[in-house]
Amino acid sequence: MRNPLSKRIVEIEPSGIRKFFDIVNEMKDAISLGVGEPDFDTPWHIRDEGIYSLEKGKTFYTSNAGLKELKEEISNYMKRKFRLTYDFEHEILVTVGGSEAIDIAMRAMLDPGDEVLIPQPSFVCYPPCATLANGVPVCIELKAKNEFCLTAKELKAAITPKTKLLVLPFPNNPTGSILEKRDLEEIADVIIEHDLFVLSDEIYAELTYGEKPHVSIASISGMRERTIVINGFSKAYAMTGWRLGYACGPKEIIEQMLKIHQFAIMCAPTTSQYAAVEALKNGDDDIEKMRAEYDGRRKYLLHRLKEMGITCFEAYGAFYLFPYIGEFGMTSEEFAQKLLESEKVAVVPGTAFGVGGEGFVRISYAYSLEDLKKALERIEHFVVQLRK
Amino acid sequence: MREKILAFIEKNSRIELKQLAIVLGVDEAAIMNELEAMEEEHIICGYHTLINWEKTGIEKVTAMIEVRVTPQRGMGFDKVAERIYNYSEVESVYLISGGFDFMVILEGKTLREVSQFVSEKLSPLDSILSTKTNFILKKYKDHGTIMSEQAKDERMKITP
Repeated sequence: MRNPLSKRIVEIEPSGIRKFFDIVNEMKDAISLGVGEPDFDTPWHIRDEGIYSLEKGKTFYTSNAGLKELKEEISNYMKRKFRLTYDFEHEILVTVGGSEAIDIAMRAMLDPGDEVLIPQPSFVCYPPCATLANGVPVCIELKAKNEFCLTAKELKAAITPKTKLLVLPFPNNPTGSILEKRDLEEIADVIIEHDLFVLSDEIYAELTYGEKPHVSIASISGMRERTIVINGFSKAYAMTGWRLGYACGPKEIIEQMLKIHQFAIMCAPTTSQYAAVEALKNGDDDIEKMRAEYDGRRKYLLHRLKEMGITCFEAYGAFYLFPYIGEFGMTSEEFAQKLLESEKVAVVPGTAFGVGGEGFVRISYAYSLEDLKKALERIEHFVVQLRK
Repeated sequence: MREKILAFIEKNSRIELKQLAIVLGVDEAAIMNELEAMEEEHIICGYHTLINWEKTGIEKVTAMIEVRVTPQRGMGFDKVAERIYNYSEVESVYLISGGFDFMVILEGKTLREVSQFVSEKLSPLDSILSTKTNFILKKYKDHGTIMSEQAKDERMKITP
């Protein structure tokens, strides 16, 4: 029999720490700080709109790019929050989560051999998506000394004549790092100078805790026409299971993405789209409440880590901290494994997120203060033992 | 800062001062001072415990009584209310807009005890025109808290 599999897909490495993930997910009594999604339920008024749409029998496909109403609300939202103007008819595409948007943006923009710059540590999907789109992922190792921000210098050093696209994953999972306007301006200069494009994954845009709100690179002069902004409902509105995201960008790119989307997906789930309209119309307060809650936990976690003498930079985004555990003479994976075995607390090894993650673990604060407190007591016990 | 402190302790009055200080990013002494000041000013009127009595097996009956009154000369609603709320059996008294004047919430051990209070103490009060007693059959949510079992964390334990 012939080999039924495509070489390209077989060559993509499965996530290296899947085994570790499996062990944790099976372990019933483990306290986990390893989750990458909000602990809140979707606010009821949003769920209620989803239910209402089902009751009214709105169970059909929507148009490929998404409900007109939803695209209009997304357009309003982008303007209100990030001062970005997108024509809802041609420049917005509603997708099945931010993930689909990342996938089809790469497929729409890459030719075989085009290099995609991916700063790491970052979310796990960018390199395989680039490969599946015939591109060549090129990772940029972000540095702890820069608090895991991408610098213009690092970007410049990674550019070759084949470079086409930069993935910009900020606010960042797993480091919690954010980029400020002046960082973005420097990056934008390099992008424009080398005639590159940016895929800006801003799924955590609503979850920043500094004084200034999130800035999108698309709002920097000259960048709108070079940027696909990806966002969604999962993190801001605690809607992970609804699988709903969107891409905003120049018409010529969105048009091609729509082609892939229409053949591969048809349309994003209708129920989710109706719920999302409500989220954008009346959900600003929900975001604010959840953000305040996350911020309190962030401060608490930072404080406790400091008390334990664990080095951790103050991250202002997402719901993760990325403490340094190199001092204990173990790899990230060993640390996570031992912590799980001896204290039954799960954290994610930094190496799960690519280069630059060794020596760090990701701690999520998408947990109640009580849960955090319990888990941190155990972590404290663990590090005290290690230091003995 | 007051609003932030209150928002926190309204949901969890047992939060440790130290933890609250860290979460709000201010020092412990400042919070202590604010709390004391607010107790003094009677902004904070008490620290109660929300109990689901149903689960204890201890019998309790709660009634919500709609009361219509005629405020008498020299004696506004406040005076009438005072005569009602001074009874220790009375849990809460609200002045209400609409079809009646006061909503009186009453707790007793048995139905009899509650009806006795209504017929012997409440109704005979001079200014009371009529009462309508509604017994609570089931408490679903109280003080923003759903009384049934807490939802479990349904998330996968670990995800990228």
